[in-house]
Amino acid sequence: MQIELWVNEKKISADIEPDLLLIDFLRKQGCKSVKRGCETANCGLCTVFLDDKPVLSCSVLAVRAAGHRVVTLEGLQDEAEEFGAYIADQGAEQCGFCNPGFMMNAIAMFRENPDPTEEEILEYLSGNLCRCSGYEGQMRGIQSYLAYKREKGAAN
Amino acid sequence: MIEIAKYVKAESLEEAYQLNQKKSSTVIGGMLWLKMQKKRVGTAIDLSGLGLDTIEETEEEYRIGAMVSLRQIEQHAGLNALTCGAAKDAVKHIVGVQFRNLATVGGSLFGRYGFSDVLTFFMAIGAKVELYHRGILTVEEFSRLPYDRDILVRVLVPKKAQKTVYLSQRNTKTDFPVLTCCICREEEELRCVIGARPGRAVCLRDEKQILKDGITPESAASFGAYAREQITTGSNLRAGSEYRSILIGVLGKRALLSIASMDGEG
Repeated sequence: MQIELWVNEKKISADIEPDLLLIDFLRKQGCKSVKRGCETANCGLCTVFLDDKPVLSCSVLAVRAAGHRVVTLEGLQDEAEEFGAYIADQGAEQCGFCNPGFMMNAIAMFRENPDPTEEEILEYLSGNLCRCSGYEGQMRGIQSYLAYKREKGAAN
Repeated sequence: MIEIAKYVKAESLEEAYQLNQKKSSTVIGGMLWLKMQKKRVGTAIDLSGLGLDTIEETEEEYRIGAMVSLRQIEQHAGLNALTCGAAKDAVKHIVGVQFRNLATVGGSLFGRYGFSDVLTFFMAIGAKVELYHRGILTVEEFSRLPYDRDILVRVLVPKKAQKTVYLSQRNTKTDFPVLTCCICREEEELRCVIGARPGRAVCLRDEKQILKDGITPESAASFGAYAREQITTGSNLRAGSEYRSILIGVLGKRALLSIASMDGEG
């Protein structure tokens, strides 16, 4: 099947099988930040934006993305770099495997709710599993980042 | 792993219905449950081009398209105001935001899954389903039907004044529920729906008039005990039948007391 879509703002045309999953399509396009984890739609490792909404690319047919805009972590370098520094400061990335999916969903949360409470953070990120960190470092990293954003906002 | 020979983005409900009459065809909703199956699909029918991804509001009801995501339900102000926040409570524990952005109302209901929070919620609030071929029937009636090859088009939620509370018990957050309980009190009746028994959700009414003099800690406990007695439970890897039966009494009572506290009763 012939599809046309935008990946990280680049228009791509491709001939694909009807059962090709978006995760496999994106990895073939060189978006290696998109990771396969649980295969049961539970871990959040494969999170990408589809028309600005975070979704699990392991559960979307590539053909369904035809005509839509897909963004992976490769397309969010500036936002990811700024926020990622706060996660790294807390040593919260550890093995790093869950990080791209976690970063994607955290960025989605900041866009939707720029000043979330701790409860809202836990609720929004509940679909991102990490088997190393126990989530404490990630929570500290998010809160430090939010404090920095607040200070920056107040200074402007 | 699911294998799909052909993908069709339906251009009309009639086309989708006709294509779906073949046994090898499957309508794809959010595809989350479907992709977990080892299955060969002849034709995958996609309803996403039919404008069924919106929640329309009329004077009498909310008309929820089959392709509306669970996240839309969670965030819909009108639906949450009508159901006292139960719409959000019913779906917020389902895996994560990314999952709920994909999972559809139609897919969740058409499967009539035993573990379904969504089935429990819509049955309790007296919703109806609109099927392309069969027409409109209540979610409660629909839940008892065998699977067929019809197409679920919309879910219709009547705008009746109500007090609704949704509770669930889970072994861990984001897991399938061990038991779900949704109680909806309207002027003329009270519906107590118990799901994840682990069978399909069932609806119980106050046929014995236990709550006729109001909801008090005593009458709520009596109703909980009555529900426990009336509703059959089973065992699976998440919980045993006995534990589920105990939970029916506990969640039933808690939900009733929450409803009473909304009204300043109890």
